[in-house]
Amino acid sequence: MLSLVRSLWEVFRHTFARRVTVQYPEQKAYLSPRYRGRIVLTRDPDGGERCVACNLCAVACPVACISLQATEDEHGRRYPEFFRINFSRCIFCGYCEEACPTYAIQLTPDCEMGEYKRQNLVYEKTDLMIDGPGKYPDYNFWRVAGVAIGGKDKGQAENELPPVDTHSLMP
Amino acid sequence: MTVATIFIDNAPREVNPKQNLLHVCLSLGYDLPYFCWHPALGSVGACRQCAVKQFRNEQDATGKIVMACMTPAAEGTRISIADPEVVAFRAGVIQGLMQNHPHDCPVCDEGGECHLQDMTVMTGHRQRVYSFGKRTFRNQYLGPLVNHEMNRCIQCQRCVRFYREYAGGHDLNAFHLRDSIFYGRHEDGVLESEFSGNLVEICPTGVFTDATLKHHYSRKWDLQMAPSICVHCGLGCNITAGERYGTLRRVVNRYNHEVNGYFLCDRGRFGYEFVESSLRIRHPLVDGKPATRSEALERFGAVLRKGAVIGVGSPRASLESNFALRALAGPDHFFAGVPDEESRLISAMVRILRDGPARSPSLDEVEHSDAVFVLGEDLTNVAPIMALRLRQSVRQAPMRLAAGLHIPEWLDHAVRETVQDAKGPLFIASPYATKLDDIATATYHASPDDLARLGFAIAHAIDATAPEVIALSPELETMAAKIAAALRGAQHPLVVAGASCRNRGVIEAAGQIAWALCKVGSPASLSFTMPECNSFGLALMEAPPLSEALRTVRSEPVSTLIVLENDLFRRAPANEVTSLLRGVQHLIVLDHLGNPTTDAAELVLPAGTFAESDGTLVNNEGRAQRFFQVLNPSTDVQESWRWLHEVSVAAGSKSMERWEDLDDLTATIAKEIAAFGALPKVAPPRSAVGKIAREPSRYSGRTAMLANISVHEPRPPQDPDSSLAFSMESGPGPVPSSLIPFFWAPGWNSVQAVNKFQSEIGGALRGGDPGVRLIEPSRESVWQYFSAIPPAFKSRSGEWLLIPVFHIFGSEELSRHAQGISQLLPRPYLALNPAEASLVGAKAGGRIKILIEDSQFELEIMLRADLPRGVAGLPAGLPPFDGIQLPLFCKLASVGTEFSARGVL
Ligand code: SF4
Ligand code: SF4
Ligand code: SF4
Ligand code: SF4
Ligand code: FES
Repeated sequence: MLSLVRSLWEVFRHTFARRVTVQYPEQKAYLSPRYRGRIVLTRDPDGGERCVACNLCAVACPVACISLQATEDEHGRRYPEFFRINFSRCIFCGYCEEACPTYAIQLTPDCEMGEYKRQNLVYEKTDLMIDGPGKYPDYNFWRVAGVAIGGKDKGQAENELPPVDTHSLMP
Repeated sequence: MTVATIFIDNAPREVNPKQNLLHVCLSLGYDLPYFCWHPALGSVGACRQCAVKQFRNEQDATGKIVMACMTPAAEGTRISIADPEVVAFRAGVIQGLMQNHPHDCPVCDEGGECHLQDMTVMTGHRQRVYSFGKRTFRNQYLGPLVNHEMNRCIQCQRCVRFYREYAGGHDLNAFHLRDSIFYGRHEDGVLESEFSGNLVEICPTGVFTDATLKHHYSRKWDLQMAPSICVHCGLGCNITAGERYGTLRRVVNRYNHEVNGYFLCDRGRFGYEFVESSLRIRHPLVDGKPATRSEALERFGAVLRKGAVIGVGSPRASLESNFALRALAGPDHFFAGVPDEESRLISAMVRILRDGPARSPSLDEVEHSDAVFVLGEDLTNVAPIMALRLRQSVRQAPMRLAAGLHIPEWLDHAVRETVQDAKGPLFIASPYATKLDDIATATYHASPDDLARLGFAIAHAIDATAPEVIALSPELETMAAKIAAALRGAQHPLVVAGASCRNRGVIEAAGQIAWALCKVGSPASLSFTMPECNSFGLALMEAPPLSEALRTVRSEPVSTLIVLENDLFRRAPANEVTSLLRGVQHLIVLDHLGNPTTDAAELVLPAGTFAESDGTLVNNEGRAQRFFQVLNPSTDVQESWRWLHEVSVAAGSKSMERWEDLDDLTATIAKEIAAFGALPKVAPPRSAVGKIAREPSRYSGRTAMLANISVHEPRPPQDPDSSLAFSMESGPGPVPSSLIPFFWAPGWNSVQAVNKFQSEIGGALRGGDPGVRLIEPSRESVWQYFSAIPPAFKSRSGEWLLIPVFHIFGSEELSRHAQGISQLLPRPYLALNPAEASLVGAKAGGRIKILIEDSQFELEIMLRADLPRGVAGLPAGLPPFDGIQLPLFCKLASVGTEFSARGVL
């Protein structure tokens, strides 16, 4: 008897408690920036494509759902000719992001990727590229690398000395 | 072999005392990092990476740090690899090497198969602490084959040691000083050495990388790989071919101690691009129009039912494909598809090796010969890796000096200091100067007949019962005596010849010398080069030459001619080929690349290259070696033997139904042709081994690479012919040496992982080197000396003997269409001795008119003082002269004049 009354009281009390149900999808949940959702390819602070087609994300991927082909522009800057992620296989482990030496590939707090057709879960580079640098606003791999590309000659990377003059006779 | 006991971290180990500590530690399976040492180059102690601690005795607890590569593995040596002090020392060395290293791995083609990465991980260094600037370099343009990125250099010296000391190149060197030593050419330009591609593998970093790979780059871990055989000359070097996304991406060396060792030539390494050439035939063509597979098979069947068939095989097709055609056409309607003269020469070579007492050596034995006579061959351009091996052979005899001073063979600089410029005996008699001449004891340049005469004279000088050469000049007598003495005095004399001069006398003379040596009790070897990758195998089939096909067509009602992987217009003059083609109603061609023969065909079937097929090739040693399919084409391309099998089954022929797959086929060949009895042993049958993955365990993109076509992943293609799987599936158990798809071991991602596959470093692969020799010299002494000695060559007035001049790039049919190599082809030219040129009023760089048989050409002149008088040279195999069967006499006239009398067209 007593327990019955107590239960009724509990229910009555909850009528006035703060609501925790979120009215999704009208109301969005907060996901932290480091949430592992939809994967994007970012640009460096100069607006250039960050991905250098090193294949490290692809090899790190435990379900092998990333594939790409490297190519180069006429000045030697490497970038992916195509870049594909099969999200129907992706387990959002974030290994690709961890492996990426250029901060190009990043997981975002977007998880709304549902599709009726599985084929639509295959994302190509145009689907993956965003216009900004994502979570890492400052890093530009090419400013550090020793390879010369258009606009950056040998010796012009960070912490580099000018190229050795091999014809010099100075000791 | 004597064995020494040494103590490594207190564990007693049995080792080879003739070796250094690094060599034995690696042989025992220890992971000891190194850079400057290479099993083929020896030790110089330049990088200080291989440090170990050596103790005087059991009581010595202090020890001292020594370089393992510079310390002999003497009996009782006590060392420690794991001692903390030496571990820290090695980490420090890497730290120093990395101080200037660029932040390049993600965009470095070496990444993922980089020895520097491996060694860095092995020693544990990870963070650069030096905060000052990095030194940088400008790169050089080194040609279309090798890429240069100098910032990545760790100054190990391997490149220069290989290029200059090992391969005899001149145009790569170390410049400048200190930490800014620059490795490159004196100025931008194409690397001159025919072995420059080996820099890609010999350089432990990404300084030198494969420039052809760069156009379609793929990491090693992403390549589907298979063991294969180089198809670009007769030596049969072992290669590993790599595929990604359905196209062939690259070729690297596949170690085979007996054949190519650690190195490939540039034709073999970069020739693979022909597979993706724009001339590639990927779908059947019926009457010149693209057709489906079933249309093609239907037409083939209809044609077969119409009447008699003859088949023309090919020295660049596998034994299996040739045999399938032979089975389809019938043994007496199967022809070899090589010019008569070449066929006769190759049969003569095979007979000499089979009936005589001299053995054909493996390329490793070639390297260990201590006196060599090369007769009539330009080895650098015809059989490049043999030339590289011979460069080492001249070190054999002088190396005994070092041995006498107790300097071990591997102590490279000490040996080179001792030997200085001394070279062992190498004599070269050839129609023109060759690149090997720079290490020759003496050379002789003369017309093919005169070369043969010298050869016969040497044989007579070795054994007086060999027929004498009459009317030989006194200088040649002296030279013959000198060469004979050198060969007789050697422990392992070797005679090298081949079909390049297209002269039977040259071949017989070479045989004569080797036989004479055998007769006087010297264990002589005799190595013949072969014009193409399966010339030897085709010769063992003993099919009649091309002219017999023509005769058959004329004498019998033949309705169909089937040509297998062969451009007949390269094999005979155009008029003869045309009359052969006119003699039949139907022409069916199976080939890889479009050429004049496929253009003339009613039906063209897309034949698989080495990359898309399985098969066996027999190299110049007589060694049968199997190559395996690396890519599974999405097009109609398949093995020629499979096409022929399908069509004959469809046409209701009974003869071939018995075999379905490769193992059936090899077993059938072994049963039908006695010479191929050992064919099934070339590689283990499919049933004997579990699955072997063609894809490394890190292969990426499996679930995405085809997702653009369909998200539903297809089942991986099945391989009905071999244990190799088009997937990452691998069964337990070791991989037989003939089926190793790639060299890779934990911690060893670079090519140097081969260390883990050898029974001893630099020795045979575990389980024996791949390949089975099909011929051995006869034990009975039924052979007789040749007595047909050609008369001395007399130059004719107004006529020149036209001989082929070989080019590593250009003379071979397929590699010519590789994108990188095609930029390095010579332009057609006529080579003349300056004295001869002045007779016809031609000047260097000018042009000249040449009349060959009935055709007239205008050509650039190249003056070559080394060409004998009365002789002119034409680049071999280069269109439009590829159908002309040299040697023959030609007429010359200066541009603007007409040919006199008979010569006028
Ligand atoms: S790891 Fe980064 S840079 Fe490398 S391929 Fe992937 S996205 Fe591009
Ligand atoms: S050479 Fe090796 S360590 Fe250096 S950048 Fe290339 S992959 Fe990295
Ligand atoms: S270029 Fe390569 S092989 Fe040559 S010294 Fe530098 S690291 Fe060594
Ligand atoms: S020597 Fe001949 S077989 Fe060897 S790699 Fe060169 S072309 Fe190929
Ligand atoms: S490998 Fe021993 S010092 Fe370089």
